[in-house]
Amino acid sequence: MKITESLQLALKNIVSSKVRTLLTMLGIIIGVAAVIVIVGLGNGLETYVTDSFSSLGTNTLTVSVMSRGSTRSLDAEDFYEIVADNSQYLDLCSPTVPMMGYVKIGSETISSTTCTGVSEDYLDISGMTVASGRGLQYSDMLTRSKVCVIGAYLNQAYFGGNAVGQTLRVGGQSLEVVGVLAQKGDTLEEGGSDDCLYLPYTTAERISGQASTYTVTMRDENNIDQSVAALEASLYAVFASDDYYTVTSMAEMLDTMTSMINILVGVLAGIAAISLVVGDIGIMNIMLVSVTERTREIGVRKSLGAKERYIMQQFVIEAATTSALGGIIGILIGDGLSAVATAVISRISEESLTVAPTLGAVLLAFGISVGIGILFGYLPAKKAARLNPIDALHYD
Amino acid sequence: MNPLIEFQQVCKYYHMGDSTVVAADHISFEIFPGEFVAIVGSSGSGKSTCMNIIGCLDVPSEGTYLLKGQDVGQMDKNQLAEVRNRLLGFIFQQYNLLPKLNLVENVEVPLMYAGVSKKERRERARQALEEVGLGDKWRHKPMELSGGQQQRVSIARALVGHPSVILADEPTGALDSRTGREVLGMLQDLHQQGHTVVLITHDNSIAVQAQRIIRLEDGKVVYDGPSDAPEAVVTPRFSGGEGRVRA
Repeated sequence: MKITESLQLALKNIVSSKVRTLLTMLGIIIGVAAVIVIVGLGNGLETYVTDSFSSLGTNTLTVSVMSRGSTRSLDAEDFYEIVADNSQYLDLCSPTVPMMGYVKIGSETISSTTCTGVSEDYLDISGMTVASGRGLQYSDMLTRSKVCVIGAYLNQAYFGGNAVGQTLRVGGQSLEVVGVLAQKGDTLEEGGSDDCLYLPYTTAERISGQASTYTVTMRDENNIDQSVAALEASLYAVFASDDYYTVTSMAEMLDTMTSMINILVGVLAGIAAISLVVGDIGIMNIMLVSVTERTREIGVRKSLGAKERYIMQQFVIEAATTSALGGIIGILIGDGLSAVATAVISRISEESLTVAPTLGAVLLAFGISVGIGILFGYLPAKKAARLNPIDALHYD
Repeated sequence: MNPLIEFQQVCKYYHMGDSTVVAADHISFEIFPGEFVAIVGSSGSGKSTCMNIIGCLDVPSEGTYLLKGQDVGQMDKNQLAEVRNRLLGFIFQQYNLLPKLNLVENVEVPLMYAGVSKKERRERARQALEEVGLGDKWRHKPMELSGGQQQRVSIARALVGHPSVILADEPTGALDSRTGREVLGMLQDLHQQGHTVVLITHDNSIAVQAQRIIRLEDGKVVYDGPSDAPEAVVTPRFSGGEGRVRA
C-alpha cells in the first residue's frame, strides 16, 4: 500500500468529519499563527531599531571621560591628539557639549530644543546637511565664534524660514544663526529630531564647562574591536586607570538591543510554541478516540490482509495530515494577522513598524506542528496496529 | 490430491484468570479443494475458534494447521496477514463493509493490501460487483443497500482476490430467510464453479446445504461426513469413542 493511498484515505476521513477535524486543528492553528505573528513582530522591532541606530551611524564611537584630579585630565585638544595618534583606525572627531540653558528667540523662551556644542565635523559624522547658509567651520572653533546652526523646526516655527543672519540667545549668550539644517524627520514638531541647535564646542565650553563626551568615527566599521582597543589604550595612558572613561560603539549598542529583542521574542515564541504542543496533544487525543471508534474497521482491514505497518501508516498519516493542514491554516492566519497588525500599528502610532513574518518562523512553526503531530500520532497508531483482529472484529 | 486445509490434533486453550478453557480439543480433519463444508455447532462448541484458526486470525495452542501445505502455527503476524490476503476470502455475519467507502472501494480493499495497481484494482472490483449483480450500484455507500445486497458486496469482496478458500461465518445470520436462501444459493454457485467453501453456522437447516458437515461439540469433532447422512443433523448423545455423556 502506497503512502499516497494512505494520504487519500486520511483526507477522506478528514473531510467526512469536518467539524471535529477543525476543532482538533484549532490548537495547532492558534499556535502556528501566534509563533508567526510574534516572530514577525520581533523582526519588525529589530528592523526598526537597526534603522534608528544606523541613522546615527553605526561607525561612530562615543567616549565619555571624567577628570581624575588636576594632573590626569583630558580636554578637547588632548582628545584631538589621541584621535590623531590613532589615525589608522579613527577618522573624524567632535566633542559634544550639552547646553543646559534654554533658547530665547526675541521674547520667547523655548525649552524643547536640544542645544549641543560640537566641532566642524559633527554634521558630517551624524549625516546632517545644511539647507541654507553655512555649517560650522574650523575657524569658528578657533575664534569661539558666537554663531550657531539650527534645525528646520526652529527655522520654520520662529523665523518663518529666514533664520540665517538672525540672532537668538542660548544660556544668556547671543548667537548669530549662520545656517539651517535640512529637515530630518517626516514632520516638524516640537522636541522632534529637527528641534535642535548646534554651536561651536569652544563657545559652548565657555558657557557650560569643559567637554566630557566625544563622538569619533572609525575608518572601517568592521574594525570596531581594534578601534576601541586602540582608543582605550590611549585613554588608559592618560588616566592610568580604566575607571575614568568609557568607550561605547553604536554597533555594540545596536547588538545589545538586538540581542535583547531576540531574547524577548524567543521567550514569547516559546510560549506560543507551547500551544503547538498542546494542539498536538489534542490531535493525539482525537486519534485515540478515532482508533476506538474504528476498532471494527481495523479488524475488517486486518482480516482482509492489512499488515500492522499498513494500519500504522494509515493512522500516522492521518495525524500528520491533520497537523499539517492545521499548520497551513495557521500560516495563512498568521500572515493575515501580521498584515493587520502592521496596518494597525501605522494607524495608531506615527512610527512605522512592519510585522514581517520570516520564512524561518513559518518553517519552524510548521515543522514543529507536523513533527510533534507525527510523534503523538504514533502512539494511537501503534495501539491501532496492535489490535487483535478477532477482538476488533467483534467490537461494538 | 493434497488437502487444502489440514487440522492435525489442533487444540486451543484460553486462560481466564486461573482457569483454562479448552476451546478446541484435539480437532483433526482435512478439507480438499472444491469441497463445500459446513462446520456446525452450538455456541461454545468451538466452531468460532475453528473458524478463527482456519481464517488465520488465530493460531493453535497445540497441534498443527496446514493451509495449502504451509504450517500456519509457525507464521508471524505479517505472514498471517499475507496468507489472509492471498488465500482467504471472508464473509461475515454483519457484512463488515467499511461505511465511509463506496461499494467498489470496499471491494478493492483486499487488492489494495495485495499491492495491485489502482487501475487493475478498480477493474477487478467492478467485475466482482458485476458478478454478484451490483455492477450498476458501485458508487453507492453500503448503508444505502439492503442487508442481502450488502452481503453480496461482501461476497464480491471475498472473491476479488481469487482466494483458495471462501470462509463464510454465519453469512445468513442477519438476513431474513428469503435473502438468506439467496446468499446460500450464491455460495452453492461458487462451489459449483469449483471454489472451496467453508461455512460456519449453528443452524442445521443451513448446514445441510453444504456437501459435507463437520459437527463440533465441546471442542471436539462429533461428526464428519456427508450432509445427506441421517446422523449428520442429529446431535448424537455420545461423542466419539470416549463415551462421555454430554451434560
